[in-house]
Amino acid sequence: MKEQLVLVGNGMAGVRTLEELLKIAPDKYDITVFGAEPYGNYNRIMLSPVLAGEKTIDDIMLNDEQWYLDNGITLHKGKSVAEIDRINKKVVAEDGTAARYDRLLLATGSNPFMIPVPGKDKDGVIAFRDIHDVDTMLQASKHHKKAVVIGGGLLGLEAANGLMKQGMDVTVVHLLDSLMERQLDKPASALLKASLEERGMNFLMEAATEEIIGNGHAQGVRFKDGTEVKADLVVMGVGIIPNTELAKKSGLHCERGIVVNDVMQTFDPAIYAVGECAQHRGIAYGLVAPLFEQGKVAANQLASLGYACYQGSVTSTRLKVTGIDLFSAGDFNESEDDEVMILQDPASGTYKKLVINNDRIKGAVLYGDTMDGTWYFQLMRENTGIADFRNTILFGQHDLGDAGHGDETRIMALSDDAEICGCNGVCKGDIVSAISKHGLFTLEDVRAQTKASSSCGSCTGLVEALLSCTVGEGYDASPNKKGMCKCTDYSHDEVITAIKQNELKTIPAVHDFLEWKSADGCAACRPALNYYLLAYWPGEYKDDAQSRFINERAHGNIQKDGTYSVIPRIFGGETSAEQLMALGRIAEKWNVPTVKFTGGQRIDMLGLKKDELPGIWGDLAEAGFVSGHAYGKALRTVKTCVGSEWCRFGTQDSTSLGIELEKITWGSWMPHKYKLAVSGCPRNCAEATIKDFGVVCVDSGYELHVGGNGGIKVRVTDLLCKVETGEQVFEYVGAFTQLYREEAHYLERTAPWVERVSLSYIKKRLLEDAAGRKALNERFLYSQQFSQIDPWKERAEGIEAHEFTPLKITG
Amino acid sequence: MSNWTEIAKLEDIPRLGSRVLTTDTMNIALFRTATDEVFAIRDECPHKQGPLSQGIVHGTSVTCPLHNWKIDLASGEALGPDEGCTNTFETKIEDGRVFLALAAANEAAA
Repeated sequence: MKEQLVLVGNGMAGVRTLEELLKIAPDKYDITVFGAEPYGNYNRIMLSPVLAGEKTIDDIMLNDEQWYLDNGITLHKGKSVAEIDRINKKVVAEDGTAARYDRLLLATGSNPFMIPVPGKDKDGVIAFRDIHDVDTMLQASKHHKKAVVIGGGLLGLEAANGLMKQGMDVTVVHLLDSLMERQLDKPASALLKASLEERGMNFLMEAATEEIIGNGHAQGVRFKDGTEVKADLVVMGVGIIPNTELAKKSGLHCERGIVVNDVMQTFDPAIYAVGECAQHRGIAYGLVAPLFEQGKVAANQLASLGYACYQGSVTSTRLKVTGIDLFSAGDFNESEDDEVMILQDPASGTYKKLVINNDRIKGAVLYGDTMDGTWYFQLMRENTGIADFRNTILFGQHDLGDAGHGDETRIMALSDDAEICGCNGVCKGDIVSAISKHGLFTLEDVRAQTKASSSCGSCTGLVEALLSCTVGEGYDASPNKKGMCKCTDYSHDEVITAIKQNELKTIPAVHDFLEWKSADGCAACRPALNYYLLAYWPGEYKDDAQSRFINERAHGNIQKDGTYSVIPRIFGGETSAEQLMALGRIAEKWNVPTVKFTGGQRIDMLGLKKDELPGIWGDLAEAGFVSGHAYGKALRTVKTCVGSEWCRFGTQDSTSLGIELEKITWGSWMPHKYKLAVSGCPRNCAEATIKDFGVVCVDSGYELHVGGNGGIKVRVTDLLCKVETGEQVFEYVGAFTQLYREEAHYLERTAPWVERVSLSYIKKRLLEDAAGRKALNERFLYSQQFSQIDPWKERAEGIEAHEFTPLKITG
Repeated sequence: MSNWTEIAKLEDIPRLGSRVLTTDTMNIALFRTATDEVFAIRDECPHKQGPLSQGIVHGTSVTCPLHNWKIDLASGEALGPDEGCTNTFETKIEDGRVFLALAAANEAAA
């Protein structure tokens, strides 16, 4: 017999919890849902666009009745629960419908706050909370002309905007002197007011409502100062209060909301609460993102996994009024110890303010250009130190040496047919409609549904911005961590820590220990785990060929037609007549269709069939070549210029240094591809300052630069330090490389890694801690003994033969 | 009509890996799952004809090495949000030997 789970409240928080639960424990419970509204679960935060006529009710349904059927859930819609019998563990609805529970989940949401003035119960006075209210407003707009919205906050302004779009003459009444005072500081608030006024919205500021006047039906609002304003429709948009009525009646401890602990449990251990009705560490949230995080935790507990824990949310806000870009997060009103940075450009209507404390972002308000809201919010949530880029932070992320998308980042200004994802050809309109139609809230959802941002990832920022603009505050940018992939909720860092601390040395051991959700992982997590195990247990872990992407399994780069390319290593890019003749002969012998120089000063032979690979590798090995690893998340090339041996400007022998560096580092596996370069003078012909590690020779020694790359987003390196001898260069290269190998996430290049952990951190590890630097270098050299075995020669001699030999039908 | 042809020993195919069978008309990819099931499908992704045999196998699906389409090994169908389908062929395992219904393969090629 399955256990019984009852959900009271058929809204976003409760149903999201069920969805999370069904993902991890689909068969644990018989589930019954009671909902007071006569609908399935719809996306409440999308009511504003419905009111504004930009979407229909159907567009915003999240779970239709078929969903409940498909998942075997009993839905009692239109039935409000009257009583919880905690002794006999059952709930009873007003119409007598009863259900027994082993676990009860309360998600009763909130009620609109109706200010207690005379006349508040008249016809034509409504809140803005559910589909019914929206219908009432839409009806009213057909027959009436004048509307008053009481409340100049998020809720009130969205209602006012919707009514205005429906053709009504709207006046917003606000008690205080600035709009959205809980989200905006005064200058941003003034910009907002001006731009809403320009659209025709009227405002009465510092106006205290005394009475709603009229005979039976509302006809106007009278204020404390005696003035009046006419209105056929009065909308109360002043706020919400957690709906705790049922919980209180049942004797559960409530304050402002139903009090829950860090696992979303109420004072009755069989009863959980999530969403707007719950109060966690003193806060009852009214935005959607926290509710989803709470849902995840509650589902984890209901599934008896018991490891998830909710620690509160940092929230951000966007106003869902088309054409107005506004973003706010955290404490945006500075106190005495805080520093404030402001960028204000009246001509373009842009206002950006960051509140900083101890080199951390505490709060942000953006108006006009909100593209970087997502980024500031991330820096704030992750508590990232900003000391390294304070002087440019206000100009946004694309100023951090990233060629990026420039002005194209003004996402809301783009037309629907603007291509966002260049890899998969996904346009803005496709993404926006998928988000609304399928009720998407996370980047992962959008990737799965549209493929946008699922290939090279360079448009991830744009997609995230679209997501947050489209769903407003509902955008689920989880504050704490992102799961590695769909197979686990654990983040890369948590997985890495578990591997180290618990001495996990095989992929199945990691899967078991961390309770992987799928039997053998997926194409995203298996290569990651294989890398982590290889990096942490050099010489012990046995590389798993089947967890390698094909390029690394076949030691060649797969091409669009299924053939492979072969790039032998040419150390430092310095070759000889003898080597070139050998390559020429080999290319001729194997009829190589295309021979080409690569960007990294190597020679690429393209178009070889897979079963030819061991043969050509054998010939290359005989001529003294080893694999160039041009196909791997590995040390690729060390690019050099000719240096002091020939160049009249050269200050050091950059070629020999580069060759030596490549001899030390070749064969090592990395989180992502990894490139070095050595330039012989500051003219920098080897382009060392866009490499993962670049050495620029100067007269007095060597400048060491880290964290650069060409590619998707060009990033120029940061100067790490200057050293005097070649020996020191080797030690720093080894130490930096090992730090990256041990601490970066799989598929994270050094450029984003350096930005994530900060240059100061890397300097601390490599410059301030000499013993640590030496130890890192030693660990790198130790692991290199197991890496510098030429994979091509081994395969030419017959290992892994099955990989390269097709089956044939014999007889 | 089945026409069972022995094509390999189970141990010839690496677990969570694949082998390619070349025939006169097409390449067929044989996959072996973690639980030693064997699936045979035409070695062409419905998207851009990528060689599915070269992809990473997980559960009963394979991820195409070219553009990460996920193909269900049993049905040959692309898993959401992509749409498309490649041919599948019946297999059976007897005494550690893998048999393929080759007549069906010939029909599919015809």
